[in-house]
Amino acid sequence: MVDMLELILNNPIIAALIGLGGLALVFGAILGFAAVKFKVEGDPIVEQLDALLPQTQCGQCGHPGCRPYAEGIANGEAINKCPPGGQATINAIANLLDVEAPSLDEDHGQEAELKTVAYIREDECIGCTKCIQACPVDAILGAAKLMHTVIADECTGCDLCVEPCPVDCIDMLAVEPTVSDWHWKKPEPSAALLSTQLIATDRSALNESVSADTYIGSGQNNSNSDRKDDDEGRAA
Amino acid sequence: MSDSTANNIIKTFDIPGGVHPPENKAQSMQLPLGEVSIPSELIYPLNQHIGTPAIAIVEVGQKVLAGQKIADAVGALSVPVHASTSGTISAIEDRILPHTSGMKGPCIVLKTDGHHQFIDYQPCADYRQLSSAELIEKIRQAGIIGLGGAGFPTAIKLDPRNTCIDTLILNGTECEPYITADDRLMQDYADDIVAGAELLAYILGEPANIIIGIEDNKPDAIKAMQQAAKNTRIEIASFPTKYPSGGEKQLIQILTNKEVPSGKLPAMLGIVMQNVATAMAAYRAVRFGEALTWRITTLVGEALDVQRNLKVLLGTSVEHLLNELGFQSNQASRLIMGGPMMGVALPDIKVPVIKTTACIIAPSHEEMPDQPDAQACIRCGLCAEACPVSLLPQQLYWYAKSEEYERLQNHNLFDCIECGACSYVCPSTIPLVQYYRAAKGNILQQQQEKIRSDHARQRFEFRQARIERAEAEKEVKRAVRKEAAEKAKALAAKRKAEAAQNPENNNRNNDAPALDPVALAMARVKAKEQDPAVQKSKLERALTSAQGRVEKLQTRLDNAETDQLEKFESQVKQAQLRVQDAQKQLDAFNNTKSNTLNSDPTTLEKSDAESATTTISNSKVLKPASPETLDAATAAIERAKAKTEAMALMSQEEKLHEQLQSLEKRIAKAQLNLQNAQAENSEHIAVFKAGLEKMQAKLATTQAELTSLQKENQ
Repeated sequence: MVDMLELILNNPIIAALIGLGGLALVFGAILGFAAVKFKVEGDPIVEQLDALLPQTQCGQCGHPGCRPYAEGIANGEAINKCPPGGQATINAIANLLDVEAPSLDEDHGQEAELKTVAYIREDECIGCTKCIQACPVDAILGAAKLMHTVIADECTGCDLCVEPCPVDCIDMLAVEPTVSDWHWKKPEPSAALLSTQLIATDRSALNESVSADTYIGSGQNNSNSDRKDDDEGRAA
Repeated sequence: MSDSTANNIIKTFDIPGGVHPPENKAQSMQLPLGEVSIPSELIYPLNQHIGTPAIAIVEVGQKVLAGQKIADAVGALSVPVHASTSGTISAIEDRILPHTSGMKGPCIVLKTDGHHQFIDYQPCADYRQLSSAELIEKIRQAGIIGLGGAGFPTAIKLDPRNTCIDTLILNGTECEPYITADDRLMQDYADDIVAGAELLAYILGEPANIIIGIEDNKPDAIKAMQQAAKNTRIEIASFPTKYPSGGEKQLIQILTNKEVPSGKLPAMLGIVMQNVATAMAAYRAVRFGEALTWRITTLVGEALDVQRNLKVLLGTSVEHLLNELGFQSNQASRLIMGGPMMGVALPDIKVPVIKTTACIIAPSHEEMPDQPDAQACIRCGLCAEACPVSLLPQQLYWYAKSEEYERLQNHNLFDCIECGACSYVCPSTIPLVQYYRAAKGNILQQQQEKIRSDHARQRFEFRQARIERAEAEKEVKRAVRKEAAEKAKALAAKRKAEAAQNPENNNRNNDAPALDPVALAMARVKAKEQDPAVQKSKLERALTSAQGRVEKLQTRLDNAETDQLEKFESQVKQAQLRVQDAQKQLDAFNNTKSNTLNSDPTTLEKSDAESATTTISNSKVLKPASPETLDAATAAIERAKAKTEAMALMSQEEKLHEQLQSLEKRIAKAQLNLQNAQAENSEHIAVFKAGLEKMQAKLATTQAELTSLQKENQ
């Protein structure tokens, strides 16, 4: 024991190396343990993306359901392929992934104005069960050779049932808004507000060119860009 | 903060922010409370409150009286609707609602008869005899909701589960400009309000403090209330006028200096607040059994000839009220429902006054010019100073404008009471509150959609799991079937090979335990089938059932109508054919087996059966087979069965008997032979003797066997 102390005191470099090596071993062990103990199962980003998608399971994005598309996005696919979710979903995903929000890719369909639900014209239904098999959320009730009907509350409006119907008795009906789901609309920006922006930093990219032209002559261009930087700093 | 009235003993506090818009309360207080004539038609929207809409319980054409329930509550968060005068239900249909959206909704339309006849109300002289729960139910059944404007069912607010209430506050603040309905009410119905306060205090378990809060711009109301509350423990608190001190959380802060936490209810602090009008309505509902059928509404604005408070029957159209007071439609800039700060533009002049309609403003163009266009925000910060909830209206505005909902929620958008103080002070006239309302609406909608999409995901995932499970089950079944088929194939091949090798052992192999049970069962069935008795009984059964069918059909044919005769006849014929078939099979069987069986009963049975068949085939004359012949046949069958059974049973015992008899015969013969031999003195005597002894020994053993067997059988 005493010999060892002496040895360490006499060889400070070796002592330091032993000490550091020991520390490395300890931390390595802790990290290794943590890696096993706190291992994350699955891909959490896929879960988060899936939670943002509208779950219509419509397949308009080219994937067989919302989760596969979430996996696709996690693997670098474009985020603007979901028409049922529309711009709101794109914005949310862009926010999550911290990327620029693109506009909806019209190749995959257009964002519907109103939510729709499937409606079966029941006297024309022949009871073939094809729509029942097509419905991704089990929202259609019925049995072979018996009339089918859609549970409107469960229908996501994906219109996957319309195609397989051999007698074309399924309509997609818009859900009329009622007083209970009405809410205020954002005020339309007034013409005056759009044309004259008192504060330089309020100018959006759209009217930037116009106002920039206006200000070039008056020599305020520099201050304009300075303030813009400030604004960006604030936003960040 | 300060004691503004000399006889006010309650210390009041201040709230942050607030504005002082022109009060404009004098116009409508010039005249006493007025009454309106009963209009020809009253409209009752089914959803006048927050919560589930009521459901109509009357039919078109039904006569109703004033105070009669016409729509019932659905669930807890709902209240009934009552007719406010007598008349006939003329329609239950969608009408334009008194709602900003201008949308239509279900309404009951009452055609009045002008008699204003009431149903018999059930008064209650002393409500202290009743329990809180009973009183709350009475209040609920009277259709009472918060009359201050929110329209929250009062019964629910009066039932704070598991929380001890120590303060009851009646809100007589009425901070919005123009509105004087509660002022009028407090002056005209002070006693009822005080009685209502006492009732609510009783229901809430007598809280320590009962305060009625009134702004100091209503001195007459304060005086009236103080007069009415003189001999009670109810305190009247007055405090400086400032908008929006009438908000629930603001008034609590003013009177108790406690702030209701974000997203929580006042009941958490042990406080319940009710509007003064609600308290009065609750009292009248309990004391006199009155349903909520009228309210005081302020009609004000320079476009009216007369501006005053009116006692309005619920359901009266705004148009009727305006016409009564001389409305100059060309002078009015617009029509506002509610106050100028929080009120909304009226979508249609024909909408009815509902339980929460406190004020209708018909301003002239000078009085309320159109809102000028919004200008850019100049970051003046006045809105932040005005906000009574200490929010950052400017930040909220930017975020609402760019639809950054998460940030809005982080900035506590949902604590905004939409009082409009920020919009009021905004020098750029930005409609700030509308931005907040839109953002709130969008956030709530997104939350709803989130719930729906989560639900859809659950259903989708469940469906996927179910399909996978079904697929897996099918796969397993398929695998099992395939395995079984392969096994059977292998077995067959093996057996074939064995059969080729040693054909004699084949039968023994069948009994080998290694063979699969199916083959064994098949073998057993085959053996059974080969058993003549079983086979015979089977054939006989077929015969009897066919005969039974013929009989049944015959009786049916007897009873049949002429048009169905053919059908039945053909059926009978078919059945007869089947009988003959069965008979033939039986005959054939009997013929083949007649060697082994005693021929006597068989022939008898055969002839019997034959005779039966002939009778049946001759019974086209609509006569069932005679019971005697059938009996004979069955008797024959029984005999045959007995015989076969006897044959089978003729086992050991009888065999032994026979053996015994034959042995005895042989012994007798042997003895005879021995005697003859002795008589002749033959040299074979010894041989004969030995044989005789042998036979006797055998006889003895056989007899012993027989007796033991008999013993066993017994």
